[in-house]
Amino acid sequence: MVEEMAHPLSKFLREAMMPHIWCSGCGNGIILNCFVQAIDDLQMNLDKLVVVSGIGCIGRAAGYTNVNSFHTTHGRPIAFATGVKLANPELDVVIVSGDGDLFAIGGNHFIHAARRNIGVKVICANNFNYGMTGGQQGPTTPLEALTTTTPYGNIEHPFNLVHLAAASGATFVARWTTLHARRLTQSIVKLLQKEGFCFIEVVTPCPEIFGRHNKMRTGLEMMEWFKKASVVEHFSDPAKAEITSEKIVVGEFVDIEKPSYERLLHEKIAQINKKAGELVREYAS
Amino acid sequence: MAKKETLLTGAHFMNGDVACAEGAIAAGCRFFAGYPITPATEIAEHLSQRMPEIGGIYIQMEDEIGSIAAVIGASYTGLKAMTATSGPGFSLMQENIGLAVMTEAPCVIVDVMRGGPSTGQPTLPGQQDVMQAKWGSHGDYEIIALAPSSVQEMFDLTVEAFNLSETYRVPTILLVDEIVAHMWEKVVILSSEKIKIANRKKPNVPTEKYMPFMPDDNLVPPMACFGEGFSFHATGLTHDEHGYPQTQSSEVQQRLVNRLCDKIRKNADKIIRVEEVMLDDADMVVVAYGIVARAALSAVRKARAEGIKAGLLRLITLWPFPEKHVGKIAKQAKAIVVAEMNCGQLVREVERSAKETPVVFLSKLGEDPHTPIEILDAIRRNS
Repeated sequence: MVEEMAHPLSKFLREAMMPHIWCSGCGNGIILNCFVQAIDDLQMNLDKLVVVSGIGCIGRAAGYTNVNSFHTTHGRPIAFATGVKLANPELDVVIVSGDGDLFAIGGNHFIHAARRNIGVKVICANNFNYGMTGGQQGPTTPLEALTTTTPYGNIEHPFNLVHLAAASGATFVARWTTLHARRLTQSIVKLLQKEGFCFIEVVTPCPEIFGRHNKMRTGLEMMEWFKKASVVEHFSDPAKAEITSEKIVVGEFVDIEKPSYERLLHEKIAQINKKAGELVREYAS
Repeated sequence: MAKKETLLTGAHFMNGDVACAEGAIAAGCRFFAGYPITPATEIAEHLSQRMPEIGGIYIQMEDEIGSIAAVIGASYTGLKAMTATSGPGFSLMQENIGLAVMTEAPCVIVDVMRGGPSTGQPTLPGQQDVMQAKWGSHGDYEIIALAPSSVQEMFDLTVEAFNLSETYRVPTILLVDEIVAHMWEKVVILSSEKIKIANRKKPNVPTEKYMPFMPDDNLVPPMACFGEGFSFHATGLTHDEHGYPQTQSSEVQQRLVNRLCDKIRKNADKIIRVEEVMLDDADMVVVAYGIVARAALSAVRKARAEGIKAGLLRLITLWPFPEKHVGKIAKQAKAIVVAEMNCGQLVREVERSAKETPVVFLSKLGEDPHTPIEILDAIRRNS
């Protein structure tokens, strides 16, 4: 008789929410695994961790993670998380969401949170399309790719997410694919410890929805593409890191020091109140 | 003016937007997120100065969608939170007002109504967002909306809006017309012990037994916040008492959505406030709110001087609609005159509640609200 053993990371999952909604061959499980592995590696205080997500397949990750979690409206997890982080800067606030949620409908919140350097951490699952609604073209869909709304091939230029994040002011920017589980986990560990707005793009297979239209019907075929095309180039120019069928530049692109919005805000509040206190003393004397 | 105190107890001369901002501070609001928009900008400007002085958070977001989302985030992190806007921004907020309803996030939204639709007349008054406040987001739900008629009420009803929002875990909307927001009047701010403050009910069960959407007797669930040791999930999806999505269950949908409506409907008598002026023997009743109610009061007094038994029902709570109060006066009145700065919004609710009693509607759009003489004429014609 085989004794049933709990997975060492299952304590981080809400078992009541299982089974998950993700398709076979989907990479979201790998991303969630790497994320909770990083939490475990850091022995984070789970009471202080808040996971926020928007709408989409990966958006269910917030509910699956057994910590404080919130599943917002489509495109708004970063704006919601901004309120959380500023209301209690002691909290570790992580956004796990998709490319459509964060960069199409939610693009405005992304660039402004990065510009302000709000200390929230964004992990983006990039599956090149809108998976949950059945595979429509999105802001990261490659040129000429077939989707349910680009039946003649996509004519829109996709965002280069790491370039966008770096140009918007993020203090940490990395890209990995789900093939790079170990390095992804290491980057998430860094992201969770770093001050300011941090971003990791995870290129993830979506064989059932995206792959089937683009000659990659299984997760394995998509992973083989990642294996063939990925080139690790740390601190290379993010402007030149466009994803093509031939080349996916992965690695850490940005790792800089810059005071976060919440640090500057609380310094300002302390400064103002010191001044206010001095004024009161002047009047009193 | 030195403003280092949290509460500016004393008599002041200020405008409505500033009184609203000070009311928020008095109510315990410590988070404001907004986006500049006429005629609500002064609320943001004033709070950008005041919030840091009292250790609160002010942030200008990239748009009104971000503002309301940040407010909901701050509310779930334990702060009393507010945003302020005008019609165009209020339209942008609607989806996330639905999120606040669904996740029962206490928050206050100030809508200083300009003339609409679209960009409309940014510096001129309107009362055109009354139906949007009730029905603007998709799905069935109930919110609370209050309409101040004076600068003093901008202070008092902002405090009240926070209290109601915290008590019922529901977004509460302050529907202000531009005139009340920009008017300067005397405001008396009481000392803190004389200002009634309500706070959300906290759970009193062990953390592992906490069910975030299990209601108490008044249909409102106690609320834990992020960082307090309760590991809970909240979602805009239909959810059970654990907060877990139940997207295929008709039973859960019925139970949840009915409770969200009932917690306001069944507590309506406790929520609703009106001002009744000379109604005891009145057979001609004017129903009005906001700045228009002040012209209506003057008209009613003039009518009384002419021997007409006129009275005023001033609506302070617009939603839930005071249908019992209107129903009561309809039984004694020959006619009801409704004056609003729109093409006919709340008058529909008055007609519904008045049943057989004739309802006369006075519409006004643009710069000036109804004059007392215009309302008096309507009283004379129908008495």
